[in-house]
Amino acid sequence: MIMTRNRLIHCALFIAGIAFTASAGMALNEYVLSIINFAGIFIILAISLNITNGFTGLFSLGHPGFMAIGGYVTAILTFPVSKKAMFLEVPPWLASMEMPFLPALLIGGACAALTAILVGVPVLRLRGHYLAVATMGFLIIVQVLITNWETVTRGPLGLNGLQPLTHLWWVYAWVVITVYVSWKIKFSSYGRSMLAIREDELAAQCLGINLFRTRVAALAIGAFFAGIAGGLWAHLVTAITPASFSLVLAFNIVVMVVVGGTGSITGSFAAAILFSVITEIFRPLEENFDIYGIGEILMALILILILIYRPSGIFGNKEPGVLSPPNKKGGCL
Amino acid sequence: MPTLEKPKKRDMLKIDDIHVYRGRTYVLQGVSLEVGRREIVALIGANGAGKTTLLRTISGLLRPKKGKILFQPDSQSQEIDISGASPEQIVQLGISHCPEGRGIFSRLSVLENLMIGAYLRKNRNEILDDYNSICRVFPILKEREDQAAGSLSGGEQEMLAIGRALMSRPELLILDEPSLGLGPIVVESLFQVLSEINSRGVTILLVEQNAIMALDLAHRAYVLETGRVVLYGTSGELAGNEDVQKAYLGGIV
Amino acid sequence: MSGGYIAQQIVNGLVLGSMYALVAIGFSMIYGIIRLINFAHGDIVMIGAFVTLGLFQTLGIPFPVVALAVLTAGGIIGIMIERGTFRPIRGAPQVTGFIASLGISIMLQNLGVMFLTAQPRNFSFPDYLQRVIKIGAVTFRTIDAVIMISAFCLMALLMFLVHRTKLGMAMRATAENIDMARLMGININRTILSAFAMGSALAGIAGLMWGGKFGQIDPLLGFVPGLKSFVAAVIGGVGSIPGAILGGYILGLSEVLFVGLLPPVYSAFRDAFVFVTLILILLILPNGIFGKRIEDRP
Repeated sequence: MIMTRNRLIHCALFIAGIAFTASAGMALNEYVLSIINFAGIFIILAISLNITNGFTGLFSLGHPGFMAIGGYVTAILTFPVSKKAMFLEVPPWLASMEMPFLPALLIGGACAALTAILVGVPVLRLRGHYLAVATMGFLIIVQVLITNWETVTRGPLGLNGLQPLTHLWWVYAWVVITVYVSWKIKFSSYGRSMLAIREDELAAQCLGINLFRTRVAALAIGAFFAGIAGGLWAHLVTAITPASFSLVLAFNIVVMVVVGGTGSITGSFAAAILFSVITEIFRPLEENFDIYGIGEILMALILILILIYRPSGIFGNKEPGVLSPPNKKGGCL
Repeated sequence: MPTLEKPKKRDMLKIDDIHVYRGRTYVLQGVSLEVGRREIVALIGANGAGKTTLLRTISGLLRPKKGKILFQPDSQSQEIDISGASPEQIVQLGISHCPEGRGIFSRLSVLENLMIGAYLRKNRNEILDDYNSICRVFPILKEREDQAAGSLSGGEQEMLAIGRALMSRPELLILDEPSLGLGPIVVESLFQVLSEINSRGVTILLVEQNAIMALDLAHRAYVLETGRVVLYGTSGELAGNEDVQKAYLGGIV
Repeated sequence: MSGGYIAQQIVNGLVLGSMYALVAIGFSMIYGIIRLINFAHGDIVMIGAFVTLGLFQTLGIPFPVVALAVLTAGGIIGIMIERGTFRPIRGAPQVTGFIASLGISIMLQNLGVMFLTAQPRNFSFPDYLQRVIKIGAVTFRTIDAVIMISAFCLMALLMFLVHRTKLGMAMRATAENIDMARLMGININRTILSAFAMGSALAGIAGLMWGGKFGQIDPLLGFVPGLKSFVAAVIGGVGSIPGAILGGYILGLSEVLFVGLLPPVYSAFRDAFVFVTLILILLILPNGIFGKRIEDRP
C-alpha cells in the first residue's frame, strides 16, 4: 500500500520535473538556463563522488582529473573534422572521425572509468588521508600531462569552439541516470558491502566481501560519471582548458558531499544546488565591488562550521521520507 | 556475604555511585568504593567487568555521567570532587595511574621516561632524590638509563612504568594489571616491591587478573561484575568466600 | 656538462632544499603529534612572504627585526588555526582534519586575493642581500647564503628544543601516546599548540626566503612549496623531524638536477615528476626513510 503511494508520488514528481525542464527551456533566459545547467553538472559530480567517497569511504580528490579525461575525450571525438585538421595533430583514424554526442560522451566516461581502474589498482592500497594525497597527486599529474600534450590538447590554450551540444535535456537526463544508478547501488547488496568497507574493513573482509574489487569498482563508477560530467561541461562552455580542472574544483565537490552528508544522495543533490546558488549570488558582488574570493571564503567557512558542529553533514547518510532525489529537481530549482 | 568491614574513618578516595558510558555502552552502572589512607585495595573481576574503565575514570581520562569521586590528598586537606577534573589536575593532586599495557614512551630514553613522570614537579633536588631511590629499587633502570625504553624487556618495562608513576610522588598509585605478560618469578618480586612501596606510605589501588596474588597483597578487595560491585571485604574474607573461590581462585586456596 | 655546472646545480638545490626542509618540518611535527596532514601549512609560507613585504619594504624596518617578526607572525597564525579549527574537531576521523585544512587553505588564499589582489608583487631585498658572490665556477647571491645558513641554524635550534628541553620531551611524549602524556600531567593542548606554533613559525620564515629567492609573490604562492614540502616530509618519513630535513634536501636537489640535467622538454613535467615520486614512495616505502611505523589513531 505504502509502496504504491510512494510510487505514485515518485511518478508525479518525475512528471513535474519533466514539465519543469520543458517549460524552463522555453521560458527562461540564457543566463538562468546556464545556471540551471551548471547546477545539474554539479549534481552529477557530487552524487558520483558520493559513490566513491560517501558509500565506500575512499577519500578521493581526483574527481576533476577523471572529469578532465572524460571532457577531453568527448571534445576530441565530437570536434569537427575540418577544425581537427587545422588545430590538432592526431592519427588519421581520429582525424577523420566526428562522432555524435551520445557515443562520444559514453566513450569519454568509459575512458575515465578505465583510468580509474588503472590508477586504482596500485593506489587504492593506501588508506585515509594518504589516499587523499595520492589522488590529489593524480589530479596534478593529469593536469600537467594535458598541458604538455600540445599536439592533441593544444596545451594550456585548450580546445575552444566546441559545438554547443549540451542543453537542459542532456544534463538532466544524466542527472536522472546518475541518481538512479547511485540509488540502485546504495540499496543493493553491493552498496551494503561498500558501506561495510567504509565502516570496518576487517569485518567486511571477514564477511567475504572482496575488498579490493569493491574499492576499485567504487572508484571506477564515480569516475565514469565524472567523465560524463566533464563531457557535458565541455560542450556547455564550448571550451575546455586544463586549468578548469583544478584542485579548487576538487575541493568544491568534496564540500558538497561533506556538507550534504557523506553517503546521502539527497544530501549531495541539495548541496550541489546550494553551492550553485551561492556561487551565483556572490558572482555579481565580486565583480561589482572588486572583492574576488568571497564566495570561496564562504564555502570554506560553511565547510569548517559543518565539520565542527555537524560532522555527519546535513542529511547524515540517510534519505528523507518518500521523496527520491530525481523528482525533487522541479521543486528545488 | 562476608561481614562488611567499616571503611577507615578518613578515606583517601571515596567513589560514590558513578555511572560511566563508553560510547553507547553503559559500562559502570553505579559503582561505589572506598580506599583508605595507606591501604592496598585490589579490584578483581572478569574481563569486561569494567575494572579498567573505573581506573580510567578516576584518573580523568573518562568522565562519569553521574556520581562523585572524592579525593583527599592528605589528612589535613579538604575533600575534592575530581569527577570533572582533567588528568593533568588529577596528577597534580597526587594520583598516579600506571595503565594496562604499561604505556611507556618507547622512543624516549629510560631516563626521559622517568623524568617525564616528574613533569609537574619543580624542585630538582627532590626529583633527583626520588630518581636515585627508584634506581635503588630497580637497579636495572639505572643501568639502561640511556637506552630507548622500547628496547627493554617486558618485566623491565613494567618496572619502568611503576618507577615513572612514582616519580610524580603520588599519594595514591593506581595500577592496572601490573603482572600482565610477566613470568611468575618477575611477578613475585614485583609484588614484593609493591608492598615495599606501600610500607613507605603510598596508597595503592590495584586491578589484577591474578586474584590469588592480589588478595595476598591487598588489605581489602572489591569484586566487580558487569559494571557493579557484587562483593567486598578484607582479603581474608574474600579469599574464604566460596563464590570467589569458585569464580576467581580456581577453587584452590 | 662541466663539473662547475653540476656544482652550481647542487648549490641551487641546497638553497631550494633548505626552504622545503623548513616547511616540511612543520608538516612532520603536526602530523607526528596529532596525525593531521595540515594542508594549510603551505599558505603560512605565503603569509610570511607578505608580512616581510609589508614590514620590510613598506615600513622600512631593519632586516633582522623583520625576520623575528615573521617568525612570530607565522607562529601566531599557526596558533589561530589550531585553536579555531583543529581543536574543536580533535578526535574526529583523520580525513575530517584533512578536509578542514583544505578549507583553511582555500580561505587563506582567497582572503589574500580579496585584500591583496591576485596581482603578483615585486619583492626586492636591499643590495647587500643581492650581491653576487663567485666561488670558483659557482655563483650565488648573498640571500642564497643567508637562506642556507639561517635554515641550518633554525633547524639546529629546533632539534635542541625538541630533544633537550622539557617542552620538547613533552611534545615527543604526546606524539607517541596522547593518553599516557595526559596521565603524566602534560597539558596536551599546550603541547599541540607549541607544535603548531613552531612548525608555522618555520613556514613563515620560509616565506621570507621564498620571496627573497624568487623576487615575486602573490596570494597563491604557498600552494606549490606546500605540496612539495609535504612530499619532502613523506620521503623522510612523516612524523620524523630529521626525516623532514633530509627529505627537503633530497627533493630540492633532485628537482633542480631533474630540470638542470635533462633536456628542457622534460622540465615542464617537473611537478608531475614530484607527484609520481610521492605516489611511488607512498606505495613502496610508506614510512619514508626515517619514519617508524606510526599507528593510526581513531
